[in-house]
Amino acid sequence: MVPLNYYLILSGVLFSIGTAGVFLRRNLITVLLSIEIMLNAVNLTFVAVGRYLGSVDGQIITFFVMTVAAAEAAVGLALVIALFRHRETLSPDAYTSLKW
Amino acid sequence: MVSMDTLAFYVFAAIAVIASLGVIGQGNPMHSIMLLIGSFGALAGLYILLDAPFTAVTQIIVYAGAIMVLFLFVVMLLNVPREEPAPVTAGGLLGPAGFKLGAGLSVLLAIEVIWGLSRLGIAGFAQDADAATVSSVARIGNELFTQHAFAFEATSILILVAMVGAVVLARREH
Amino acid sequence: MAALIPSPTIIAHLGLIFIVFNMLVMSAAFMVWLERKVCAWIQDRSGPNRVGFEGALQPFADVFKLMFKEDLRPKAADAALFAIAPIISTITAFAAFSVVPFGTETTLFGLLKEPIPLEVTDVNVAVLVVFAIASMGVYGIVLAGWASNSKYSLLGGLRSAAQMISYELSYGMALAAVIMLAGSLSLREIVMNQSGYWWGFIPKWYVFLQPLGFFIFMTAGVAETNRAPFDFPEAEQELVAGYHTEYSAMAFALFFLAEYVNMVTVAAVATSLYLGGWLGPFLPSWLQWVYFLIKVFLILFFYVWMRWTLPRYRYDQLMQFGWKWLLPVSVLNFLATAALILWIG
Repeated sequence: MVPLNYYLILSGVLFSIGTAGVFLRRNLITVLLSIEIMLNAVNLTFVAVGRYLGSVDGQIITFFVMTVAAAEAAVGLALVIALFRHRETLSPDAYTSLKW
Repeated sequence: MVSMDTLAFYVFAAIAVIASLGVIGQGNPMHSIMLLIGSFGALAGLYILLDAPFTAVTQIIVYAGAIMVLFLFVVMLLNVPREEPAPVTAGGLLGPAGFKLGAGLSVLLAIEVIWGLSRLGIAGFAQDADAATVSSVARIGNELFTQHAFAFEATSILILVAMVGAVVLARREH
Repeated sequence: MAALIPSPTIIAHLGLIFIVFNMLVMSAAFMVWLERKVCAWIQDRSGPNRVGFEGALQPFADVFKLMFKEDLRPKAADAALFAIAPIISTITAFAAFSVVPFGTETTLFGLLKEPIPLEVTDVNVAVLVVFAIASMGVYGIVLAGWASNSKYSLLGGLRSAAQMISYELSYGMALAAVIMLAGSLSLREIVMNQSGYWWGFIPKWYVFLQPLGFFIFMTAGVAETNRAPFDFPEAEQELVAGYHTEYSAMAFALFFLAEYVNMVTVAAVATSLYLGGWLGPFLPSWLQWVYFLIKVFLILFFYVWMRWTLPRYRYDQLMQFGWKWLLPVSVLNFLATAALILWIG
């Protein structure tokens, strides 16, 4: 089995890819997808460190993270649909009324 | 001659990273979703390598099989077009020069983090005798329903709230 | 040099994979023939009888014809998704069979040092693997509907996907009830728990303990595989051909292969969960996979029989049935099973 730091490095790389996606993309759907990438990177860290310590707690937290991600994706996509009905565009630049 | 475990790790890690780069790097949202499903599959493979078959299967069922279908339906409903690249209107450090500087600093940070993490003297994994004998589902079920019962019930209510909220938000106004 | 020759166990496993794969492909061909023959007999005619004895070579003639047809692609279709959709359907259909056991452990008449179980692999979460791969099968259909860029395909694809997702819930709840009875998620252990007899002659199959669960599972399985009476998404009379309207030649053949292999997988999983897998009287243990084949054949015959006897559900009736009737009944079945287990101990 590969050592733990391999998994941590992979998780860090995936998390940074997700963060880059949230900052750089001009499309609300892809921003939500990048958030899912970040959540998955965190899940990987939990499972890897849980296995490293020999307990099953990592997998249990992963279970909760997946559930919360599902709820967040559902509500986020409902918001996207409602927003799209108003502005007919999915670019985040169109929703800047609250910006100072 | 690398062992099968190491080879499998590298293959799955490469698929996950390349697929994630594809998700954020290319413009068609449908292709992004399919690439993300590929990334989830690779992560499920990594969970199996980590003696977590239940998490792997749950990842496929919940993430790749349900959440991504939701994304797919929304993309088909809204007929999301290919996105145009961002118009760069600012100057100075907020313009293209700043972008290049930021990208350079990020690469430097990534190199430092990877160098630092690989120098950690972390040895192999704990000898988990239980992992091979007791079914992981039984262990997870035992702990989930006894020690984390409150969190479990709270999550159920959270899902119910999210379901009702999504229906209300996406309803067409009359 | 001797180290490069794999051990007999590895050869046996590879041989098993080869046999299972070919059996699935042959069973799809057999199903094509069975469907047309049974349809013909129900409709009081004789079906294919030109090619081979009683038309037995008809599926091979069909495949031969399809191989030579022109491979069309609509110009506005999304090329990558259009190409990958039948591949996803086929891969998920075959992969789901990999955890189904069809026999006891065998040493191949003493050729192997240690016995290998007759299945491709056995993970201790086998039932969930079947469920997970079945939920991935939705993508083949949705992508086919979308990528064809035609309204019939899109409607058919979306309806089919919504139907499959809806009936997955009842499928899972029926599975959960059986898992509670057996105490394990591995299909092999569930089958082994059904060995033995009550009162000497009634086998301890779960279909006798869970008749409602069996009905729910079979209904959800029929809906999952888009077969009549739940085949509205590919109804020939209403939607041209649904999600595979724009596909021709081998891609069309792949969709049909995927549909029939999905049926075989649902029948095989139902056999393992409810009908006792390969268990049966009078045969020695190394021949008991014959019982598995017989039981799977009976379920497949029932599938075909149902298609040509029952009228088709309308789409809203189908969705109502799935959500308003089948899901509550499956949850009640689950609760009742749990209560009985607690009570009887």
